[in-house]
Amino acid sequence: MINPLVYDVAHLLAGGMVLVSFMLLYQDRMHGLLNVFALHAVVLALSVAWEALVQHAPHLFITAAIALIVKAIIIPVALHRIVRRLDIHRSVETVVGIGPTMLAGMGLVALSTALMLRVTPGADALSRQDLAFALSVVLLGLLMMVSRRNAISQVVGLMSIENGLILAAAGAKGMPLVVEISVAFSVLVAFIVIGIFLFRIRERFDTVDVQALDRFRGENQ
Amino acid sequence: MTLPGFMSGFDAVSAVLLIPLASVVVLALLPGYRVTALLNVLASLLTFLAAASLFVVRPETGPLLFVDDLNVVFIVLNTLVGFTTSLFSASYIGHELETGRLTPTYLRFYHAMYQAMMFGMNLALLANNIGLLWVAVELATLTTVMMVGLYRTPAALEAAWKYFILGSVGIALALFGTILVYVASQPVIGEGLDAMTWTILIERAAQFDPSLLNVAFVFLLLGYGTKVGLAPVHAWLPDAHAEGPTPISAVLSGLLLNVALYAVLRFKMLMTANEAALAPGPLMVTMGLSSLIFASFMLYRRRDIKRLFAYSSIEHMGIITFAFGMGGPLANFAGLLHMTMHSLTKSAIFFAVGNIAQAKGTQKIADIRGLTESHPVLGWGLVVGVVAIAGLPPLGIFMSEFLVVTSTFARQPLLALPLVLGLLVAFGALLWRINGLAFGTPHGHIEPVKASYLPMFAHLALVLGAGLYLPPALVSWFQHVAKLLG
Repeated sequence: MINPLVYDVAHLLAGGMVLVSFMLLYQDRMHGLLNVFALHAVVLALSVAWEALVQHAPHLFITAAIALIVKAIIIPVALHRIVRRLDIHRSVETVVGIGPTMLAGMGLVALSTALMLRVTPGADALSRQDLAFALSVVLLGLLMMVSRRNAISQVVGLMSIENGLILAAAGAKGMPLVVEISVAFSVLVAFIVIGIFLFRIRERFDTVDVQALDRFRGENQ
Repeated sequence: MTLPGFMSGFDAVSAVLLIPLASVVVLALLPGYRVTALLNVLASLLTFLAAASLFVVRPETGPLLFVDDLNVVFIVLNTLVGFTTSLFSASYIGHELETGRLTPTYLRFYHAMYQAMMFGMNLALLANNIGLLWVAVELATLTTVMMVGLYRTPAALEAAWKYFILGSVGIALALFGTILVYVASQPVIGEGLDAMTWTILIERAAQFDPSLLNVAFVFLLLGYGTKVGLAPVHAWLPDAHAEGPTPISAVLSGLLLNVALYAVLRFKMLMTANEAALAPGPLMVTMGLSSLIFASFMLYRRRDIKRLFAYSSIEHMGIITFAFGMGGPLANFAGLLHMTMHSLTKSAIFFAVGNIAQAKGTQKIADIRGLTESHPVLGWGLVVGVVAIAGLPPLGIFMSEFLVVTSTFARQPLLALPLVLGLLVAFGALLWRINGLAFGTPHGHIEPVKASYLPMFAHLALVLGAGLYLPPALVSWFQHVAKLLG
């Protein structure tokens, strides 16, 4: 039987990620959204570091460090700069109102908890609750992607999905290749962020302004 | 991480992976498009030869890479079409440089990415580890995204962005499914790399927790299914095919969709090995059938020639997924045959379409008329290709579609009705379109074609040959693989 403190701290941190996912859902300012995303990554880093400690899996510390450095510092800072440089609208356009989105989010959390706890009676208690929380984070991230219009908040939604997946992978006891997978994901995210900057994707797909980029680079003369 | 089996001697498996990997570096560094295009062809040819040798010499199964009777079919097909497409690309890309759509720097990037994509796909097909499989599919996705956005027009960037976002969501769902498979296998196999090694998973799958496998398969099917282009998660596919360079459309349709389907098939085998788990067939049948019917109706409303054939790819991937979902020796055989024939035919069609778009300076269907008069060889090549893809005898796709339909009639007559409906609707749409494209009086901008017809006719000859006479060796091989698939 595992130590109750070990379980409680893991529970607290993973539950904290779901809570921060909800906070992402109701942000209506771009800079606020990015700050909350940084918080999401910090909680992920803490959670993964705790798993590394209790599972005696030192390689997970690398994953935690990647989460902290890349996702809590570099990417939010880069996105803040992009928002300022590209003069993106400071408010987040939503497709559905905040209220219904939050309600749908609660439904998704209930669904994922009910589903994951039912199908994993044989699994380890820690993996079990991590999987339930991770699926909630993934579904909340998907909800965010479909309920937001502009590119940056869709990317933030995608990155929060990714955080949920890293949580699940770290929680699955002794899972190999977690570090490799988190590196592969960081590369993916880096490409997205570079893509936004290079191609100046301001709002949605229909307002990609490449002419501006060409003028900026002097390719039009 | 250690790589035993991978580094022990230079065998064909490492050649299939290392040749493209080394070419990425070389092609990225070398200037001059003629040399790099030639090297690209050479590297693809060598990779194909190494892959073909896997039929003869089967290397030992390693913890990360392995070759079995199923994936060798995919790898040889993958590298063959990769080779012929590099031939087509070499003649195609010079024209793009002349018209100024691409600059030499972008061309260098293009060739390096082409080999990176081949590396990603070959790695996915050879992977014996479900985590490595996932990483390889992600790599292949990333490289194709960059190829789709290569022209940097607003439409190309929009297509690349859409592909990127939808592909990433698909990839994320697939990873969740992969983690769940590990959680299911870990109590049985124990912690560590073994619990993600496919050859070990399939042996012990019967002891896994069935309900966990069920949930995992749903995520995997939706995740990798996004990359197969199955409805309702197909939205990226037509844009990505229409806006990227045509050799990439050929590779996307002919190869990348197969790679994603291969991943689905591997997990389907895992599900079948566990008797208590949900039967994966009905899910695949539903997705396949809905893709077929949806895409066949969408064919009527297309105005862009590349988009037309992209929808046709969704339709055919639907048929293939349906066939594998039906399962059983006959339907699996038909699925394998259809997949091979579709890869060859669709890439031949895209070769033709690339030449047409260059000769006419447009991709709009309305602006293209009377190709058989203005460009007889090209026009008739396209006609043969479309006749093949529509499923007319005596070409290869007729036979595989016939097998799919008869096996469905024999086992689930009710499912055969929507299947036949979808096939007929698509048939009508394609013949209606080819009539307008190939016949009538040519008008508009007409330029002679400089590109080589060799890859197109080589593929069409193979498809025709397979329709007339299937070598017994190939038949028995496919029958054997069909049995493996369950």
